Amino acid sequence: MDFFNALILVLDSTIRLSVPLLLACLAGLYSERSGIFDIGLEGKMLAGAFAAGAVAYISGSAWGGLAAAILVAVFLALVHGFASITHRGNQIVSGVAINFIAAGSTIILGQAWFAQGGRTPSVDASGRFGPITLPFADSVRDVPVLGPIYSELISGHSLLAYLAFAAVPFTWWVLFRTRFGLRLRAVGENPAAVDTAGISVTWLRYRAVICTGILTGVAGTYLALAMNAGFVKDMSAGRGYIALAALIFAKWKPVPAMLACLLFGFLDAMAIRIGGTPLPFIGRVPVQVIQALPFVLTVILLAGFIGKAIPPRAGGQPYVKER
Amino acid sequence: MSTPYAKLPAWADYGLIPLINLCVAFLVAGLVVLLVGENPLRAAGLMIEGAFGRGQYIGYTLYYATSFMFTGLAVAVAFHCGLFNIGGEGQAYIGGLGVAIACLTFDSIFPWWINFPLAILGAAAIGAFWAFIPAILQAKRGSHIVITTIMFNFIAASTMVYLLVDVLKPLGSMAPQTRTFLPDAHLPKLNWVIELFGGTVRSSPFNISFLLALLMAFLVWVLIWRTKLGYEIRTQGHSPKAARYAGISEAKIIIITMMISGALAGMMALNPIMGDQHRVQIDFVTGAGFVGIAVALMGRSHPAGIVPAAILFGALYQGGANLAFEMPNISRDMIVIIQGLVILFAGALEHMLRPQVQALFASFSPRSVGLPAAKTGGA
Repeated sequence: MDFFNALILVLDSTIRLSVPLLLACLAGLYSERSGIFDIGLEGKMLAGAFAAGAVAYISGSAWGGLAAAILVAVFLALVHGFASITHRGNQIVSGVAINFIAAGSTIILGQAWFAQGGRTPSVDASGRFGPITLPFADSVRDVPVLGPIYSELISGHSLLAYLAFAAVPFTWWVLFRTRFGLRLRAVGENPAAVDTAGISVTWLRYRAVICTGILTGVAGTYLALAMNAGFVKDMSAGRGYIALAALIFAKWKPVPAMLACLLFGFLDAMAIRIGGTPLPFIGRVPVQVIQALPFVLTVILLAGFIGKAIPPRAGGQPYVKER
Repeated sequence: MSTPYAKLPAWADYGLIPLINLCVAFLVAGLVVLLVGENPLRAAGLMIEGAFGRGQYIGYTLYYATSFMFTGLAVAVAFHCGLFNIGGEGQAYIGGLGVAIACLTFDSIFPWWINFPLAILGAAAIGAFWAFIPAILQAKRGSHIVITTIMFNFIAASTMVYLLVDVLKPLGSMAPQTRTFLPDAHLPKLNWVIELFGGTVRSSPFNISFLLALLMAFLVWVLIWRTKLGYEIRTQGHSPKAARYAGISEAKIIIITMMISGALAGMMALNPIMGDQHRVQIDFVTGAGFVGIAVALMGRSHPAGIVPAAILFGALYQGGANLAFEMPNISRDMIVIIQGLVILFAGALEHMLRPQVQALFASFSPRSVGLPAAKTGGA
């Protein structure tokens, strides 16, 4: 029973830790499926978190924070789009730039507006997306096995967490069952064909980039208003890059993306849980090994040793209309 | 890569357009300063004062510039091959391991002028090795080098933290760092050069790895523009198809270029470790690997552009410290924004203002943009 309880705890924190990854990963999915590589997920998430923290503190409204985060993240996404779609700039370079601009400006503006060393003042409960207790969670708590699973694991997460997991089937539906999704995937594989069909490559890619902005904004809000009580500098802590790794791991598909994010979230939860304590059979595993595991796994995958990750064919190439 | 843009005179292409882009980046940075409620012109003045106002400040400026030269050259060499080495940060970090091995082993045996080359070899070898794995994965298995080098940055960080906490830390010490090197593993300072020109330097970490960086800039120029290998690298970068027709082995060129790039990034570790701190600490790279991207983009991947670009960023880093002191509202993170804006405008949006500049040139002299003189007006 002890083991079971410990497992529930680890899985619970797995879910909490994988939500921002999942949101950022799905965000990247829209953009990259349309042929725009985006390594600026990290920056957009960070900027979103700052906007959420700042506005939620000032207005006291979590929804206001969410709206601000989405606005800011979409703006940065549009900058990325402007550089890489309109001006056919290097998408990697543009993504790197956005990461730096977000990292620097969140600290500078945070310090100038709130004077707390780059963080926002802590937001009280009304300004946060607190845990939601699902119906009957308390009454079934004592039911063996299923009780704790329902009341601890499934219930008691933030609204945004449920939203993130709901976004997985939704994204699948959008990409594989709607006209927009079909065109989005087509523009990432063969933009010339889409153009020939009389559909604007530019507008389609801009829409994809806006979807990315919205989801990274939600991811940032989750960081600032659900996981924490306000913005802390550099709070995205490389999650945008892990999400990118998860996206590759999932071969640019929504449901595998969720599984990859849960796996990376689980590794994160284990790294926190294990700390320095020895494991049976293996002995003491340095925390750094577990921390590096998502990246090592992605490299091994990219090397083609666990299946092959084939990116969208037109990814990273600006589309030049023939003249 | 064919450029869909009409020609401009060389001086405009390599001088004017980067300069305009830089100005736009600084203008936007000025807007951020305004947003914070300070005077951008005063901020700029404080930065210049803080970077060059005293001999000591110049020492610091050049000390930072040294690091950025190494990482800027590293990024530039890879650019010439059409590769984006975003892993300079990790290669420099892990390069510190090479410096540590050389210095910790030999600092009680040899004088500094033997330890220095040994440390160069150590840093370059380990940096090159760290770039070798992504390179071979790109060359042989087609994994995207941008993604693998990002992953290797994180793996390098975890590895170094593990090594510093569990392996290299001396017994009985709490801080996760190596022991302090003996004086024979300290690099001589170059402060006397500044004093030669009339500056006074109380103490600054400006050291002879600056000369190594200049030497490397020269060697990179020789390599890229004066050797067969450099020609092959540029061919591969310009048109992989042409390189294949010419019988150049794609895999070989990718691997060699990335190893050179990694070695240059690794050498960055010499400057802070042997030149200043005399021990390996956690996070000693402090983003220099990423600054290299901005420096290479601004310097147009040419050593003659990279050296001044590195000095400019060195000045921003040093001047930023002064700015943070004088204007408490603006911390040193202002530089991170400027860095991002420079990467955005000099890199991703480098062609944004080109049509306007072209139209301007065409209206003055159509021949300069490759149009016949008879036809007037912009293309």
